[in-house]
This record gives sequence, structure tokens and C-alpha cells, in this order.
Amino acid sequence: MDWALPPNYSTFGVQIDQLFWIIFVITGIAFVLVEAGLILFIVKYRSRTGHKAYYTHGSNKLEIIWTVVPALVFVVLGVYSAGLWADIKNPSNMPEGAIEFEVRAKQFEWNIVYPGPDEILGTGDDFEVLNQFHFPAGEPVIVYLEAEDVIHSFFIPELRVKQDAVPGMRIPVWFDATQTGEFEIACAELCGLGHYRMEAAVTVHERADFDAWQASRALAQ
Amino acid sequence: MAHAATAARPPERGLDVYTQKVGMWVFLCSEVMFFAGLIGSYVVLRFGASSSWAEPNEVLNVTVTAINTFILICSSVTMVKAFAAAEAGDQKGIKTYLLATTALGALFLGVQVYEYYELIFHQSWAGSHGFTPQAGLYGATFFTMTGFHGFHVLLGVICLGWATIRAYQGHWGADNTHGLEVLGLYWHFVDLVWIILFTIVYLI
Amino acid sequence: MATIVAEAPGQATGHAEHEQSFLRKYIFSSDHKIIAIQFLFLTLFFLAVGGLLAMMMRYQIAWPDQPIPGGGILPESMVASGYILPEFYNALVTMHGSIMVFLAIMPMLVGVYANYLIPLQLGTHDMAFPRLNMYSFWLMVPAGIITLASFWVIGGAAGAGWTLYAPLSARPDLTGVELGQVMWLVALIFIGLSSILGSVNYITTTINMRAPGMTWFRMPLTIWALFITAILALLAMPVLSAAGIMLLFDQTLGTSFFLPEGGGQPLLWQHLFWFFGHPEVYILILPAMGFVSEILATGSRKPVFGYKAMVWAIVAIAFLGFIVWGHHMFMSGMNPTLGLSFTVSTLLIAVPSAIKTFNWMGTMWRGNLKLHTPMLFAISFVALFAIGGLSGVFMAATPVDIYIHDTYFIVAHLHYVLFGGSLFALFGAIYYWFPKMFGRMMSEKWGKVHFWTTFVLYNLVFFPMHGLGMVGMMRRIYDSTGYAHLEGIQDTNQLITVAAFGLYLTGFIFAFNFFWSIFKGKKASRNPWDATTLEWQTPSPPKHGNWDEVPVVYHGPHEYSHPDVLDKDWLAQNERPDVVSPAGGSH
Repeated sequence: MDWALPPNYSTFGVQIDQLFWIIFVITGIAFVLVEAGLILFIVKYRSRTGHKAYYTHGSNKLEIIWTVVPALVFVVLGVYSAGLWADIKNPSNMPEGAIEFEVRAKQFEWNIVYPGPDEILGTGDDFEVLNQFHFPAGEPVIVYLEAEDVIHSFFIPELRVKQDAVPGMRIPVWFDATQTGEFEIACAELCGLGHYRMEAAVTVHERADFDAWQASRALAQ
Repeated sequence: MAHAATAARPPERGLDVYTQKVGMWVFLCSEVMFFAGLIGSYVVLRFGASSSWAEPNEVLNVTVTAINTFILICSSVTMVKAFAAAEAGDQKGIKTYLLATTALGALFLGVQVYEYYELIFHQSWAGSHGFTPQAGLYGATFFTMTGFHGFHVLLGVICLGWATIRAYQGHWGADNTHGLEVLGLYWHFVDLVWIILFTIVYLI
Repeated sequence: MATIVAEAPGQATGHAEHEQSFLRKYIFSSDHKIIAIQFLFLTLFFLAVGGLLAMMMRYQIAWPDQPIPGGGILPESMVASGYILPEFYNALVTMHGSIMVFLAIMPMLVGVYANYLIPLQLGTHDMAFPRLNMYSFWLMVPAGIITLASFWVIGGAAGAGWTLYAPLSARPDLTGVELGQVMWLVALIFIGLSSILGSVNYITTTINMRAPGMTWFRMPLTIWALFITAILALLAMPVLSAAGIMLLFDQTLGTSFFLPEGGGQPLLWQHLFWFFGHPEVYILILPAMGFVSEILATGSRKPVFGYKAMVWAIVAIAFLGFIVWGHHMFMSGMNPTLGLSFTVSTLLIAVPSAIKTFNWMGTMWRGNLKLHTPMLFAISFVALFAIGGLSGVFMAATPVDIYIHDTYFIVAHLHYVLFGGSLFALFGAIYYWFPKMFGRMMSEKWGKVHFWTTFVLYNLVFFPMHGLGMVGMMRRIYDSTGYAHLEGIQDTNQLITVAAFGLYLTGFIFAFNFFWSIFKGKKASRNPWDATTLEWQTPSPPKHGNWDEVPVVYHGPHEYSHPDVLDKDWLAQNERPDVVSPAGGSH
């Protein structure tokens, strides 16, 4: 196993990974300070005969330092997270002119509704394909998530996308794949006994290939 | 720091309130959260989505329940009287008012049982005969909330019945009021919850 | 001297020691110490059960294509021709979490130690309501029996995860689990009631029954932690009960509180569950923090560094704990803007945890560290809790949470907090208070063997899970070998499983030491650790009623190495200032 995030294929995935490694460095420093401090104290202050501990009830100065420093770090992290989060998840920030799909999850399959050649959902040329998600690279994609029975979670690791699909709700998710590739949709929320095998194939095409694929499927319907 | 004097004091420190009363207050905090959970869910389910709800008086008989509410309020008054009688050492008053409180509580439950019976067997709503817990979210929330309140009244009536029997044995008096006060706290709480439930379930 | 009977207010003095039947003394006892020991045996049993479930899960994850050894003992509904069935795996996942949280860790932290320590450390005879206390234990027993029985009913035990997300938990037709799910909810309602009754007792006792001189800021940090924990349980458990009752009605009466077909809302369940669930997380860690503060001070021979900061940190965590529940739901479809406010409160709540960690290190700084077994567990609590706390920062940063939510990164995080945190503190607490409970010492040699094996194997099990989460391995999956992005992790999974088996075996070292020491351990003195708090100033074990004479408190809780005390390095809370030199400070 590599201690690494899988290769990233999405636009905002770059920032997510960046944030991951920024937090990794910050927490890594704190980790080393705490663990090294503990080891140092164990070695340095272990009980010796005739030695008496230093009597103190604490220090207000230190309390203020170790309250304010983490608080500041968290505020910065919080502000940075908030912006990126809103970009990714806020419905009002969904990109305009994106190609739209509908994904209906049910035990234990992903039903993908394609907009058809007219690229509009809810028209006559829509078609459904079970467990196969094709879409073009290099442009934003919006998926409307629905669930028929229980809660599922739409997870494509390489695109850094995850969103629960909840019965009774229609939740939009967007992403923008930077290049072509083949991945899988996994279900990330326990959904019953077939949860572990609720996967679907993801194929990211060049735009022209996608159009050709969609045209051929639309004809076949 | 006078140790001898300090050591001679009883072990209860802290508030100037006896332990049973503190305990009841603490317990009631928990009860508040229980009903807050139910009422909060009711608000979310009723107003959070386009759920179908009946108009007041369409399904529920507000008049009968208003009278029932009045009965419960009266029982709170008699409970206060019972406690006052105990503080005054008025044995006759203790017996009378405790009996009255128990009877009013039982009457409230009786009316609620009658109400349920009428709703389940003689009422209809949204095209189906019988208004039951299965009758949509409206029925489910109605029976869950009023049912759990009724369960609390039932527990109260059982305790009141016990307290009344003890009253006839001469248990309560000016030197023994704590039990009645604690029971009274619980009873007033149940009454208060009912007034909230009556407002949001029946009137709004 | 006296027990205070709930029905007899103001009756502070009463009967002397009287003969009690065996049943009254050891089974249906209202003595807080006996109840605590009853809880200890019960919860250790469930710890072993919960661990066993985890072992079966680990086997399945590591070798999904091989039959489980000894699986033939189990009925066909669980293990068919040697293979663990997916539905049984879901039951294992669900019941491992449920049992560990509700029947092992929580009652061990609170049922055992709040019961045992609150009256003793506060210097009173018993709880405010001893009989209520007995009921609180005896409500746990049917809950445990129902839980265990649910494995053998048709459809098996609950399988919708410990979080019971509706609609999965509400609709038997979607899981195949029928009675099991109902039985677990019924058990949960029993547990809730037990916990509420217990909390009423702990809170009332702490408010009203402190010994003379035991002011709020002379209370040991353990008591502070247990007191605040009781408030959390008091206010959070009833919400779970209310939600649980609605879910129970969905399952059995045909209502649809959480089912969208009938107009209900699945997310409402999640909000209610986590409104309880996040305070629950702190119920599971605050008492552990209390024990560790106490053990670190005693082991370092120093007062707790920043005692008041520690108290306020606990209080802050408790308040903030009620407004962070949404951070479990970032991916749930909840309004993303609401998610932002939960990010803010979540990052805020990390601050008091950081304060506590630094203060523990401050307590050890320039100390005179006695590295006995309780101290080793306490120090490793700080080391491991720090990892659990720091990995939590990744989740609080919502964009990163998009990726790691519901992966093994979360599994690693929660086990660093609940096992590396709570359970390590509990082991420390068991070694530390064992002499008081049973009048004998646990073997120090075997304690150290237990500590080192546990510490090493624990990290081998849970640290690599961070890596599995980074790779993207989802939680609660029966078989990860079918996914392209999870290729090449099977070696790690097998390593983790082998280490987990070892970790489970270390439990037997502990169990052997525990039971052997009850009968054969070295006799303990009153105060084997030279500790300052009141429980160490009574005989080991304390008799019924705890004290001949109510202690009077003159000092703060952790007065170690006071420069004016020359003959020893500790000052008991009830030592009279005219006997020892420093005039009773109330630090």
C-alpha cells in the first residue's frame, strides 16, 4: 500500500489535495512536538531518588499562548476551507452550461440517466444505462443524485467527489474532469448486504468520443 | 477555619435545597430534552416539507380537549393546595386535595382514552376510515406526542394514588412535605408540557 | 456510618453496620462501590464480546476468499459453509460499534467510575439516591441480554450500522433484519433510561453532597469530568430515546417519521441521532481525560498544570459539543451553508482539546515521573489522543472531508480517540483504582507486559488504517478486493488483522492479571500511590458508608511536592492545616 492519495483527475481535486497536505504538515509539526516532548519528559524527568518535582500550578502566559496559537491556526484553516467548500458544494456556485446527468441509486446499482444528444434532461431522447457512467473530460458535469430505497453515497475517489444520495431528495453534484480515464463509482454509505459490491464503471471520454458514444447508445434505445 | 465546627455539619453541602428536590429538577431537565426531541421533530416534519395536515377541529375535537386541558390545570391547582395543606399540617386538607388531584388526573386520562377511541373507530381523515398512528405524519406525530404525554400522566397518577394512600395513613404533615413538593414539581411539569402540546397540536 | 435513603430526607445519621443478606449485599446492592464493581464485570465482559466481533470482521476483511476457522460453530444464517455471510458481516459491524459504545466503554467510564469515585472523592457516604443507582445497573442487564439474544433471532442482529441510519434501519424488507433491529432499539431505550437515572444521581450528588470544604474548585478533575459528562448524558440521551421511539414506531407500527414514501425525512433521523451522538463522543472521552489528569498528577508528583484552564476546557467542550453535530453530516445532503457553521464550531471545539493536551504535558514537565503501569497508560493516552485529535482536523476541513468521509481514515481517527484515548485511560484507571476497589495490587510486572504489547500492537492495527483511508478504502465493506482503486492494499489489511489478533490476545494477559490479583495480589495499603484525593484516605477497600467521620477538606485536589511539606511529597485534601505546615490554601 502506498501512503498516498490516488491520482487526481478533477479541477477542484487539486485544491483538496493541497489542503490535505497543508493540514498534514501543520498536524505533523504538532504531532512531532507532542510526541517528542513526551519522550523527552519521560527520559529527562523520570523519578530519581532524592529528587523533588517542581511545584507549580501553571502559567497564565502559557495558557494564553497555547489557546491563541491553535485558535489562529484553526481560524485560517476554517476560512480557507469555507471558500473551497462553498465553491464545490454550494448549489449557487454550480457551473453554468454544464452537461447534466441524473444518477438514481438503489440497492445495489447505479442507474445513470443520460440527457441524450440534445443534452437536456427530461426530454424524449434521454436514456438509461445501468452501472456505466460515461461523460466528457474538460467541461463541467452536474449529476442530480436520487435514491430509491435507502441512503447511498456517490464516491469517485479519483475525482475527489462524494455525496450521499438520499431517498426523497434530489441533490446536485458537480465536477470537471481534467483528462480522460477509467475509474469506478463506489458506494460509501452502508446500504445493505450488497453494499460492498455496489460499484459502477466510470469512463471519461474526449468530447468527440463521448458524443459518438452517446449517439450510438441513443440509437440503440 | 474552625475544623471542629465544620466537621460537625451534615454532609450535604452545596445548594440550600434538599437533595430530592435537586434530583427532581435535574430529572426534569432530561424530560425537557425528551419532549424537545419530539416537538422539534414535529415542527420539522410539519413545516419542513409539504406534508398534509388537517385544520384545527377538522379531525380533532378541540372542545373536548380544551375541557380536558382545563381539568389538568385544575389538578395542578389542587396539587398546590395539597402541598399548602401539608405545610400547614392540615390533615383533612391533604387527604381531600390529594384525592382530588388523583381523581382529576385519572379523569384526564379517561377523556384521552375516549378521544383515542373516537378517533380510531369513528373518525375519518384523508379518505381513510379511522384516524390512527398510520394516518400519515399527522397521525403518527399526534399519537406519539399525546401518547407519551399520557404515559407521563399515568405515571403521575400512580404516584399520586400512592401519595393519597399514604395521606390516609397520616404520612404527610408539616414535618414531612418534601415528597409532596417533589411530586408536585413533576405534576406541574406534566401540566406545562400539556399546555404546549395542546397549543401546537390542537390549536395551530 | 450512614447511608442516605432517598425517601427519608434530612436523615443524615442512621443505622450502624448491619448484617445484609448475600443478595442485598452483592447482587441487589445499593452501595455505590458494589454497583461500580458490578458495572466493571459487566462492561469487561462486553468489551471481550465486542472485541470478538471485531476479530471476525478483521478475518473477513483480510481473507475474504477463505473460510473462517471455527466458523462451523456458528449457525448457517451467519457463516455458510465456512464463509461469513454479508448480512452477518453487517451485523458484526453494527453490533461491534453498538456494543463497544453503549455496553462497554460508556458504562465503564461512567457506570464504573462515576459510581465508584463520586461519593469517595467528594467525601460522602453514598450517592444521593442509592436505590435509583441500583436500578440504573439493573436496567443495563436486560439491555445486554436482549443485545446478545438478537444474534440468534431470525434475520440476525441489527445490521444498519451503529448510527442506525433510516430508511435502512427502518425497513426490514431492505435489510433482511427483522426482529434484530427492533431488539437493539429496545436495548438502546433501556440503556438510555439507565444512563439518565445514573446522571440524575451523579449530578445531584455532586451539587449537593460534597464534604465540608470541598468547594467547586477543590474537586478533583475526575469529578469535574464525570459531572460534566453526566450533564451531557442527561441532556443528550433523552433526545436519542425520543428518536429511537420514533424509529421503533416506523419499524413496528407502520408510521413513517423517517421514510420519505410517507412524507418523512431520513435526514431528520441523522440530525436527532447526531444531536445525541456528538455529545456522546464527549461522554466517551471526558471521563477518560479526567482519569488521565489525575493519574498524571500523581505519577508526576506535581499539581495538575493549569487546573482551572482544564476545568474551563471541559466546560467549553461540553457546551460546544451540543452545536457541532452537523460535522458528521457534511456529505449527507444537508444545506452546504449550514455545513459552514458546523465547520466553525468544530474548529472551535478543537481548541480546548489542544489546551488539555498542552496542560498534560505541562503537568509532566519538571516532574518526578513514576513510570508505573497506570502512568504508562496515562502518558500513552496523551500520545494517542493527540494523534486522534490531529487526524480530526482533516475532517473538520470540509473540502478534505469530501474525500475521507466514510473511509478508513475515519475508522483510524475514531479508534485513536476511543481505543487509544478512552480505553487506554480506562486500563490506566483500572490499574490505578484496583487496589482501592479490591484491596489488592495488580501485578506490576504483568501490567507492564500488558501495556507494552497493547501499545505496540494497537498502533500496528490502527495507524495503517490512515493509509487505507488515503487510498480510499470505504468503511463497512465486506470485501474490498473488487475495486480497482483498492488494489494492492490486501497485504496491509492482512498485517492489520494479524496485529489485531495479537491485540485481542493481550486482553487475556490483562484478564489473567485482573482475576489473579483479586484473589492473590499483594495486599494494598490505604494509599499505595501516595495520592492526595479523599478516596485514598480510607481503608482499601472502603467499608459500607465509606467514612467513620465525614472528612473535612482543606486543600486543592492535587497538592504534590509542596515546598513547605518536607517529610513527604503529597498533601491529602483532608490533612488539617494545623498538623502540616502550609495554611490551607485553596489553589
